Amino acid sequence: MAEREAVEMAEYKWPEPGQRRLIGKRVSRVDGPDKVSGRAKYTYDVNRPGMLAGKILHCPHARARIVRLDTSAAEKMPGVKAVLPLKKVGDEILWAGDEVVAVAAVDEPTAEDAIRAIVVEYEKLPHFVLDTDPKAAGERARPTAEQIEGDPDAAFREAEVVAEGLYGMSVITHCCLEPHGAVVEWEGENSVLVHISTQAVSGIAGQMAGPLGVPAGNIRVKQEHIGGGFGSKFGPDSWGIAAARLSKMAGGRPVKIMLERDAELMVAGARPSYYGRVRVGAKRDGTLIAWESETWGTGGIPPTSPLPLPYVLRIPNQRKRHIAIATNSGPARAWRAPLHPQACLLTMAAIDDLAAALRMDPLDLLLKNIELAGERADVYREELQIAAELMEWKKRWHPRGDPSPGPIKRGLGVSIHTWPGRGHACRCDLTIHPDGSVEVKLASQDLGTGTRTAIAIVVADTLGLPLEAVRVRIGDNQYPPAGGSGGSTTIGGVSSAARRAALNALDQFFARVAPLLNAAPDQLEAWDGRIRVKGDPSRSIAWEQACARLDGMPLTVRGENPGPGELTTAGAAGVQMADVSVDIETGIVRINKMVAVQDCGLIINMKAAESQCYGAMIMGISYALYEEKIMDPVTGRMLNPNMEFYKLAGLADIGELVVHMMTGEKYDRRGVIGLGEPPVVSPGAAISNAVANAIGVRVPFLPLTPERVLEALKKGGSHARV
Amino acid sequence: MEKQPSKPGSLSRRDFLKVSGITLTVPLVVGPRVLKVAGAEVKVFGPGKVPMTFTINGKTYRAELEPRVTLLDALRNEFDLTGAKRVCDRGTCGACTVLLDGKPVYACSVLAIEAQGRAITTVEGLMQDGKLHPIQQAFVENDALQCGFCTPGFVVACKALLDRIPNPTPEDLVAGLGGNLCRCGTYVGIRAAIAQAARMQRGG
Repeated sequence: MAEREAVEMAEYKWPEPGQRRLIGKRVSRVDGPDKVSGRAKYTYDVNRPGMLAGKILHCPHARARIVRLDTSAAEKMPGVKAVLPLKKVGDEILWAGDEVVAVAAVDEPTAEDAIRAIVVEYEKLPHFVLDTDPKAAGERARPTAEQIEGDPDAAFREAEVVAEGLYGMSVITHCCLEPHGAVVEWEGENSVLVHISTQAVSGIAGQMAGPLGVPAGNIRVKQEHIGGGFGSKFGPDSWGIAAARLSKMAGGRPVKIMLERDAELMVAGARPSYYGRVRVGAKRDGTLIAWESETWGTGGIPPTSPLPLPYVLRIPNQRKRHIAIATNSGPARAWRAPLHPQACLLTMAAIDDLAAALRMDPLDLLLKNIELAGERADVYREELQIAAELMEWKKRWHPRGDPSPGPIKRGLGVSIHTWPGRGHACRCDLTIHPDGSVEVKLASQDLGTGTRTAIAIVVADTLGLPLEAVRVRIGDNQYPPAGGSGGSTTIGGVSSAARRAALNALDQFFARVAPLLNAAPDQLEAWDGRIRVKGDPSRSIAWEQACARLDGMPLTVRGENPGPGELTTAGAAGVQMADVSVDIETGIVRINKMVAVQDCGLIINMKAAESQCYGAMIMGISYALYEEKIMDPVTGRMLNPNMEFYKLAGLADIGELVVHMMTGEKYDRRGVIGLGEPPVVSPGAAISNAVANAIGVRVPFLPLTPERVLEALKKGGSHARV
Repeated sequence: MEKQPSKPGSLSRRDFLKVSGITLTVPLVVGPRVLKVAGAEVKVFGPGKVPMTFTINGKTYRAELEPRVTLLDALRNEFDLTGAKRVCDRGTCGACTVLLDGKPVYACSVLAIEAQGRAITTVEGLMQDGKLHPIQQAFVENDALQCGFCTPGFVVACKALLDRIPNPTPEDLVAGLGGNLCRCGTYVGIRAAIAQAARMQRGG
């Protein structure tokens, strides 16, 4: 302890446990009342005076060339204020749903009529949308270089047991409930106001500047609340630029374009599919020694990159090949923990199949090889033990194939995962006003993770004030820049910047107040609404009185991340277990219970951290059992671009969910680590393994639809039984 | 034979969308036309804008709207009552749930013209004297929201459920809230919030 303090910068560290009044506690989010009352304004809710409704005509064909484009009828319609072709005759369309023409009209019905009045003729070109068979992909399949570590051939010869299997997961979409979109207006010739649904408030102006021919400094970007992003909302996109251009054509009137649900599901973001044939080799005692995988998949255009395989466990002696397939099925986008759920399934399912071949409990197999997880091995070991207790794993686990009579088979599955989650670059300004109120400004965004609340907690705790005393202002690019909310980087970035700002403020504050208390500045601390002398609470001054010493001028200081003192590190580790029931007559999988045990370093808000895990497990149940972007090979179109047939898990589908967050000195001292992605990684693998444990055969692909479950049962387990 | 709506209650959004494409040159008509259909006189509104009057959260609102406009779009675009959200726009996700004479409906699947003369309650109408409704309070305390876009719909659906069944079983929850979807995964919080709100309403 003493040694650690000696090497750290004394000034910039997180408070010790006894000095945390709010950090790590269960705090209700500060914007909760606005959200439950309907007062919270999202981009979709922005209604500006004179606002026009923007609509887009989407191409119905997967691949086509435009041979005729006639917008004249739409232009002549009363109420239509601007018609903007986004493609021209001769242009090639690469996926169904691509944007062809945008219009702006006085209201939505008129804009819809105008869209219907546009004539486009296409020359259809051959398309390809299948992703499950690289052989069928022809020239669209591009093998990447083979990667080899150690001597896989010798290792497989040495292996006493080898399991081989086929695994994978389909393309799924982000399905943000607030679709992508923006409300844009020109303020004069050279200045643009943008309300946009985005995960990157600070990044938007720079991306719009070029296309609009306006300096980024003249583009004001605002967003009070955002209705989901999950990795898909980092840019203005063609529809955001179109809204701006339409506004200019319409004399600067605001134009709102929010994607219709079908476009949202077709083109606004998808997680790539990955499939793979995997071999794993081990000694008879379960020691993992060899890995071989050939993977393929697609996110559309551009195609996919190789997966981080084998996942978490660095199995010695590996050979990996990947085939990237380009398809006419829309663009891929980062989806919460990019590449990880796929790599996790391919690895954890293969290890689970190996355990079945070894006739071992997969939990024991993971524990036996946990040193392969490297630096974080001890965390995983501890987490696996806690999860096993919460799931009563040892009491309830049975070898593969539930022998009990009747059509309902029950099984358990386990998986482990990781994610870096180091805080991003972030700046914030903290102002103490002479009346004692405190204001923090930064151009971050609250994706629903509780960012506003986290910032308020850190600042209030540091200044010794109640949560309500701190006003957090985010979602405006005129505030100091903060990184985009992707990769679980936000909490580390904003909390570190806010902590440094608050500590900087105290430094200045203590210098002014110290003479009043007849003490040196470094003897002071902020606690419970007062500035006091450490160890002598009788010598103190109320916060408001101290603020009166500001001579009527607000005190503003800057906090930055990265900066002195390590307040955020990287490498969250987690374990999940699933308990499922499978009806082998109908193929329906039900979740009975899931357990998540998760490390994310120092937790700022326990309530929000748990919510992240619950939410991730539910999103995981959703993609494991229901979600799939289904493409029609004949037309090349998505068959389910709506919410009836693109299925999300509902309240009835989740079973009992248990979350255990790892806390204590060992975790606290790692600083703050992001939590958005890690808990969404394991559900697919844990549920797939639980289903295999229940029915005795592997269902190769997610989602585990009744059809796929019955198909696997009919085949009688081919590869999975080894 | 062209299908004619026989009474306001049978006007479907789809019919209006179909009609709209062929009636662009019809001059704006205010007030109904009376047609004879199968020997009976029926009033036909539109396709132009029609004056409409609504009672929303106890207040009177007036607007001129095309009959094809949904209640959801009228609320959001004409009256700036943006609590009810447009998500699926076809009666699947529940984000636009409002109460019509106390019953929960998908506002995206009700025509504005049909909602006239009925008591419309939106999420904005649940707060009393600046104080959150116990259900809203329970949502906040149990973190039954993340991005919050589905939340107003859930809150209104919960209100309807608890009004009907003050002490719901888990099966009642599924039946009462199965028509609402959340992408962030807040169902655990929602279950806890409902339990708390039910306790509070019983005076517990």
